[in-house]
This record gives sequence, structure tokens and C-alpha cells, in this order.
Amino acid sequence: MSGAPVLEIKNLNVDYGLGDQAVHAVRDVNLTLHRGEVLGLAGESGSGKSTLAYGLTRLLAPPGVISGGEVIYHPDGRDPYDVLSLDDEGLRKFRWAETAIVFQGAMNSLNPVHKISTQLTDVLAAHDPKMSAHSRNARAREMLKLVGISPDRMDAYPHQLSGGMRQRVMIGMALILQPQVVIMDEPTTALDVVMQRQILGQLIELRERLGFSVIFITHDLSLLVEFSNRIAIMYGGRIVEEAQASALYKDSLHPYSAGLLGSFPALRGPRRELAGIPGSPPDLKGMPTGCSFHPRCPKAFDPCADNIPVLGHPDTPDGPARTVACWLHPAQQPVG
Amino acid sequence: MSIPTSSVEQVIPGQGAMAQPEPTPAKAKRKRFRFVANAKATTGLVVLGLYLLFAIIGPWIAPYDPDARGPALTAPPSADHWFGTTHLGQDVFSQVLVGTRGVMLVGLAAGALATILSVLIGVTAGYLGGGWDDSLSALSNVFLVIPALPLIIIVTAAAPGGGDTLVALIIGFTSWAWGARVLRAQTLSLRRREYVEAARANGESTWRIILFEILPNLTAIIASGFVGTVIFAVTSEITLAFIGIGSVTSWNWGTILFWAQSQQALAQGAWWWFVPAGLAIAFLGTALSLINFGIDEFVSPRLRSAGKTKVKTASGHTVRMRVGFTPVLSNSSAPHTHARPIPTINSAAATPVNRGKEATQ
Amino acid sequence: MRYLVQRILFYVFTAWAAITINFFIPRMIPGDPVKSLLARFQGQMSTEAINSLYVLFGLDKDASIWSQYIDYWQQLFHGDLGLSFTAFPSPVSEVISDALPWTLALVGITTIISFLIGTGLGVLAGWRRGSWIDGLLPTTTFLSSVPYFWLGLLAIYLLAGPDSFFPSSGGYEPGLVPAWDQYFIPSAIRHSLLPALTILISSVSGWILSMRNMMVTVASEDYITVAHAKGLSDRRVSLSYAARNALLPNVSGFALALGMIVGGTLLVEIVFSYPGLGFLLFRAVGAKDYPLMQGIFLVITISVLVANLIADVVYLLLDPRTRKEG
Repeated sequence: MSGAPVLEIKNLNVDYGLGDQAVHAVRDVNLTLHRGEVLGLAGESGSGKSTLAYGLTRLLAPPGVISGGEVIYHPDGRDPYDVLSLDDEGLRKFRWAETAIVFQGAMNSLNPVHKISTQLTDVLAAHDPKMSAHSRNARAREMLKLVGISPDRMDAYPHQLSGGMRQRVMIGMALILQPQVVIMDEPTTALDVVMQRQILGQLIELRERLGFSVIFITHDLSLLVEFSNRIAIMYGGRIVEEAQASALYKDSLHPYSAGLLGSFPALRGPRRELAGIPGSPPDLKGMPTGCSFHPRCPKAFDPCADNIPVLGHPDTPDGPARTVACWLHPAQQPVG
Repeated sequence: MSIPTSSVEQVIPGQGAMAQPEPTPAKAKRKRFRFVANAKATTGLVVLGLYLLFAIIGPWIAPYDPDARGPALTAPPSADHWFGTTHLGQDVFSQVLVGTRGVMLVGLAAGALATILSVLIGVTAGYLGGGWDDSLSALSNVFLVIPALPLIIIVTAAAPGGGDTLVALIIGFTSWAWGARVLRAQTLSLRRREYVEAARANGESTWRIILFEILPNLTAIIASGFVGTVIFAVTSEITLAFIGIGSVTSWNWGTILFWAQSQQALAQGAWWWFVPAGLAIAFLGTALSLINFGIDEFVSPRLRSAGKTKVKTASGHTVRMRVGFTPVLSNSSAPHTHARPIPTINSAAATPVNRGKEATQ
Repeated sequence: MRYLVQRILFYVFTAWAAITINFFIPRMIPGDPVKSLLARFQGQMSTEAINSLYVLFGLDKDASIWSQYIDYWQQLFHGDLGLSFTAFPSPVSEVISDALPWTLALVGITTIISFLIGTGLGVLAGWRRGSWIDGLLPTTTFLSSVPYFWLGLLAIYLLAGPDSFFPSSGGYEPGLVPAWDQYFIPSAIRHSLLPALTILISSVSGWILSMRNMMVTVASEDYITVAHAKGLSDRRVSLSYAARNALLPNVSGFALALGMIVGGTLLVEIVFSYPGLGFLLFRAVGAKDYPLMQGIFLVITISVLVANLIADVVYLLLDPRTRKEG
């Protein structure tokens, strides 16, 4: 499945606040998204998964700052460049045309005072000023059709659409410039389960047709197991495990991944007993020493409290294809 | 006359799904401390305290009887008369000092009356809902759109006698509507909270729920409404005195301005006659506004002035913190934490820390 | 449309409430001062005029309150607000209609300009946190805490005078006849500059502050992040997305604050002896001219209600959510 890389995150660090008061929300994250794949990013709330997504597109509101790292983007047929060193104008051009985002909260993502058509076409006007109003309109209608909304809803205002329709408009809007990467941040949490699966199914189908890559962020690991190729698990601002979706589901190495998997009923496969993870996510202000999961970990032992485990390939048969940061599986070959 | 600018009304928590994690876990105690630590609120409270002090001791420390005529007529400020004198040789400084008490009394009394009315009406409308809400909201909206000052003027002009008490009553009864409106909106949103629903389901009495579950959560809004009404009451009272209705006999800053205006202080160039009283009003108003900004920022932290808005990057450039373009402090892809690989550990041989039934693998 | 009908009904109700208040206030006045005033003009007034004043002030003790109330309404519908004592023997309605255009022009135009400037600066202050406008806020707060009329006094003292460009009082050069000609109009404009400036300076701060706070609140809405993510220009995000939404509460705030602003601006007229309703009210209060006071209150209230209705229509045009389909 894995083709050439399209987005490489290298040691990305994101803080809230400055200096001594800074809270480190994302720490030294390394992640590579390959062409055409769906990369799932899971973790409890506060694990830093959304911060990571907003950080790499530089959309974090103050007091968020990116305190280090690179985000290398590989455009189709051109030289790769670092998104974090783009100037404002360059960043503006990069946004949406190369990487689009579908946000959580379909309700609030659309501007309540403008028509759907205005919000679909203004992005076209911003990125291609020479495009005629007529062809902008035609393109917007095409996108609505693509996501299964009748083009005669073009003149509707957001409040006249249902939650599911709004989120589909957002997906259509995300694809309107044919980006290579689409980041989906909990795109369906606000919707009911039926609508959720319907929209995700549609998205996967669109991905196969249009060939973009997806970073899919959710706390719902069972959705990822079903819809993504590869899954990265975040805890306390770090990636603690990364593996093929099927491998992770069958045999998770990090106790936290196991805990997450145990918190959801399996959609397919054998029935399991549901078990949550005891304790609560760590306070980003006062991170535990060593492995940040150790106070909640059922398998914690000596080194966990003092030393931060490094993300590396474990000593398992499929070791080269996956990574984990856990003292139970000391790195044979650290990454990064 | 200041426009009510409280943002409190718009702050209905729980909106916006993309809320960023709060960097500081808010604890009630720390919050209260933070309100006092708010520089604006502190400045406002200190200045207000000074005014209250002068309201109490003003008449005792005034160097002259404010009514007593002196030999120096319309004299500019001097060592004898710090703020100069009037056309009758009265000491302006003493008039301002003595006048403070009347201003503060009327302002606080009218503010208290209006606040009590706004709590009664706003909370009742918001909590009881239905017909109560419809009629009480209509009532407060009527009082909101009817221009208050002209109403106060014609009522005071029609009422016999005048006097501070009457002025305070009239202002109090005409200026509760804004507070009631804000309180109604907030009560409405509080009513739908789980803990209130739970208290209701437990069969707690309505007045108990209002007193113990709703009111404590409205404290900031009630306080801000009170301060806002005091500002309005003070300006209204001074305005009434300035146009010669209300109490011309007792001293307040409006009375001073009334005499200054009617005796052509401007044409005579007697700036000292009207500047001190005006500044006294302005500083009191500013102090009260500062307290309200403090409350506003306390209730909705987003409004705090951005604090440090410029950050230095590793390469020495300065960038501004702004929405939509997160500053990048460093482009280096070197890791920040140094996780030391210790490949020699043998997990099977290490002593397990017993935490659960399957502590060992 | 339903929204607008609701609003109109509400304003009709408010107008009724204001008129009813106006009916009851004079009935609180002990009869003697009015009676003595009436007695002073007894010989010069027609019986009809005296009758109308009796109805206005409830001196007709024989009639029940209810029939007094009916009479009062009938009189209002004929536009009869009684005779003014100060401008005797002119009817109140005539005196007011002379003063009304001055107030409408001065207060109306400056209030709108102040709203526009304040909102514009508020957009900038809220969008660029920590810019020079934030530094301006303490000053504007201080200025808005000053009563309008005192700022007017200061303006006269500092800027006006016999040799100054700014006249210190009046609405036009004495000796000119009000007309739409090349002598009168420039003079009227020159006389209105200082009062207008006073109102502007005192009222603009409130708009800056409320718009700034709304911008700050709106800036953290999801659709603003989306707009940034779409790579729209800063101009488009700030105006078409942020300011456009932040404006809505400010427009409804405009309607609500109007009553309060009008009160303050009337006082500016007093300081500048500007021939509008405020100055008229001042003179009426001084002369205990009750019919005139009542009439002015009524006219001011109804003007404010009309302005509110206009603000509602603007709101309706700005917010699609209040427009119901069909």
C-alpha cells in the first residue's frame, strides 16, 4: 500500500504558551504519510492528536506555537519543501490547494451568514483569481453532486441544511481544489452512527477515485481499524505505537493501544470483553517522568518511571513494519 | 453616558467544538485570586475605595464650608483655595469634597435598587419561563428602548420636592432593564445544565434551586450589572443637577457644574470652576469601567489583552501571535527530548512493579 | 417576515406603554402649579386650548380616570399636545416640529458616523490584538466616562471663542433666515461641528470596545479557522467572515443603546444652546413648561422606536437566519 511519501513530519514540537509556562502538547512527533493511504491517528482527548493536525498546518490559535520541527511536503512532480518555513503568502497558497481539512463540528464550520455557493466559490477565487465566475459556479455544483447533494441547494444557507449535509458540503469543499492530502479531524463525531458510516464510506470511495491521502483523526479506534491502512496511537503528546491497521488490531504492542482497543466493541471479529483504561489522561502541565503512561499502565516495571522509551522497531516478526515506544519492547533500531 | 458593552451576554459556555485544551486547569480558588490579580480590576477597586473614603470623610476634612462666601471672587487656584473659588467666593475644593457623599450615595443606592430589581425580574423570567418569561421580557424590553434620561428628567421635574432619595429611587426604577435582560439569558442557559436538572429531578424546591444552584453562578454578571448601573446612576444624577432639577440645594458635582454654567464660568475663563468636578466624574467612571473590564475578562478569558503578542524565533526574528498563522519558533528538526535508548534491558529479568493482576508478561 | 411583524407589534406596544406613562406622570404633579400657570394665561387662551390642557394634566376631577384616558388618546390622534407656556401661544406640536430637524440632523448623523468609525476601529483592534488601537483603549474609556455635556463645556472653553472658527453656541449665525441657501447651510454646518465632535468622541469608545470584544469572540469560531485553512486572504477572512458575523450583535446592541445615547446627546445641545429638542427640554424644565416636556418625551421616544425598527430591518438584511423561507 505504501507508495512514495507525500507528507513527512519530523520531530514536530508544539507548545501552548512561551518560556517556562509553556505546555508541551506535541513532542518530537515523527510521522510519514504515503501517497494514497489513509493514516489513522488515535488517542484520548488531550493526547495531542488535534494539536498535531492544526500544528502542521499552522492553524493553532494563540497561545499555540510551533517550537521546532519540519513538515516536508512532496508536491506532485516538484521538489519537496518545508511547510513550516513558508512565508504567509506561500502558506496561503499551500493551504487547501495541497492540504485541505475537514473539521470536527459540522455545525460551526460553515459561516452562518453566507450561502453555500459563496463559501464554495471563494476558495476557488482565492487560489485561482483568473477563473471566471461561471466556471467557479460550475465547479461548485460539480462538487456538491460528487458528495451527493443536489446542486439546487447551492443557494441554501448553512442553517437550512441538516448536520450530515453540512459535513458533506465540507467534504466537497475540501476536495474542490483536488488536494493531495486531506486531514479529517473527528469528521463524524457530531453525527449519528448511521450517518457516520455513510459519510465515511463515501469518503473512502472518493479517495479511491481521486487518489488523495488522508490523515484521519479520531478517538474511536474501531472506526480506524475499519477505514484506515495504518494507525498511529498518541499519548501525552507523543506517538507511542504505529502499525498497519490489521497488525495493530490483532496484536497491539503498547499497553495503551491495547487499552484503547479494549474500550470499544469490535465491529468485526471475535467478541471481546469491554474494558476501559483506568485513570485519566495526563495533565500536560505536570507530565509524569519516564514513560508518561506508566502511572496508568498495568504492565509498568522498573525503567518505566525514570526513562522515556524511544520509538523504535520492536523485536517481533513484523518488527520492521511497525514501531512502538515501550520498555516491554525495547527498540532494536530507533527511528528518527 | 456609556454604552453597555458587557460581553457577558455572549459568553454561553460549551460552544465551539474546536476548543483548544485549556493550558491552565481552572480551579475555583485560583480563579478568585486571579480576579484580584487582574491589573484593571485592582486599579478600579483602589480608585473606587478612595472615592468611598472621601464620601465618608469629605465633609469633615473640607477646609471650608461649601456654602460660605469669601472675599476672593472667581479666583484661580491658590494655596488658600486649591481649586479656586466661585462667583460668591465659595471654595470649589470643599464643594467637590462635600459633594462626593451625595454622588456616591445616590449612585450606590440606585445601583443596588436596580440590581435587586434586575435579579428578581431576570432570574424569574429565565427560570420560570412560559408566560412569566414572555411578560417580564416584554417589560424589560420596553424599559430598554424607552430613552431613560428624558424619562428620568420628566419624572423628576414632575415630582414635588426633589431630594437625593427621590432621585435615587427614580433612577433605580428606570435602569434595571439591561441587567434583567442579561441575567435572563444566562439563567436560561444555566437552567438547562445537568446539575440544575438533577436538582429538579430530586424534587428540590424552586427557591432553593434558584438560591443555591443558579444565583452563585450569576455572581459575576450581577456584579458587572451593579457596577454598570452605578455608572449610569452617577451620570444621570449629575446630569439632573446640571440642568437644575433634583437637588440644587445639596452639593454634588452636578450642582457645581450647574452654578458654573449659569454664572458663565466659561465666558469668564474660570476653568477651575468646572474642570475639577468633571474630572472627578471621569475618574470615578473610569474606575468603575475598569472594574467591569476585569469582571468581563474574568468571565471570558479570551478578552484579556493578548499579553505577549510578539515572540522571538530561534533565528532572532520577531513574529506576532495571531489567529490563523501559528508562529514557528524554530525549524530545526532536532528532537527536543532525549529519549535514551537502553537496548540492554531484559524485560523478563527486570523486577516488575506490581500494579495489577497481570503485572508480568 | 414574521420576525419583522413581531418587532413592529412590540414597538406599538412600547409606544402605548410610553404614552400611558406620559398620561400618568402629570397626574402625580399636585394640581396647583399647573393651575397657577393656567391662571396666568387665562385671559389669552381660548376655552378650547384650556380644555386640552385640562385633559393633558387630569385637572378635570369630575371625569373618571378611564374617560380621561380616552380623551387623552383622542387628543393625541388629532396631534394636539396642548399649548406651550414658554412659547406662548404656540402649540407644543409646532414648537417641537421646529426643533426636531436640528436634533435629527445632529444626533442622527453623528450617531451613525460614531457607530461606523467605532465599529471599524473595533474590527481592527479585535483582529490585530496588541496593535496601536489597543493602546488607544484606556484613553477612549476615560473619554466615555466623562459626561457628554462636560466634554462639550471643555470643547467650548478650549476651542470656541469670539475669534475662533468654531462658534460656541446656537445653530446658525444670528440674523440668518433658515433656508436651503448658500448662506444658511454653511453656517449651520459650522455651528454643528463642535457639538458633533463632542458626541463623536464620547460615544465612539463604546462601539470600539463592543466590536473589539465581538471580534475576539468570533475569531475563535470554527468557521474562522476553516476560512484560514482555505487559504483565503487575510482581508477576506477578517471582513467577510469575522467582522460580518461580529457585526450582528453590534447592530442589535446599536438598537438597544440608542435610547441611552440620545439621552446623552440631548445634553450636548444644552451646552451649545443648539436649537434642538434637548435645548428645548432644558428650557421647558427651567420654565416648568409641563406640556412641552411631555410632548418632547413623546417625540423622542417615538423617534427612538422608529430608529430601533430601522436597526431591526438592517439586522434582518444582515442575518439570513432571521429570514424565514417563503
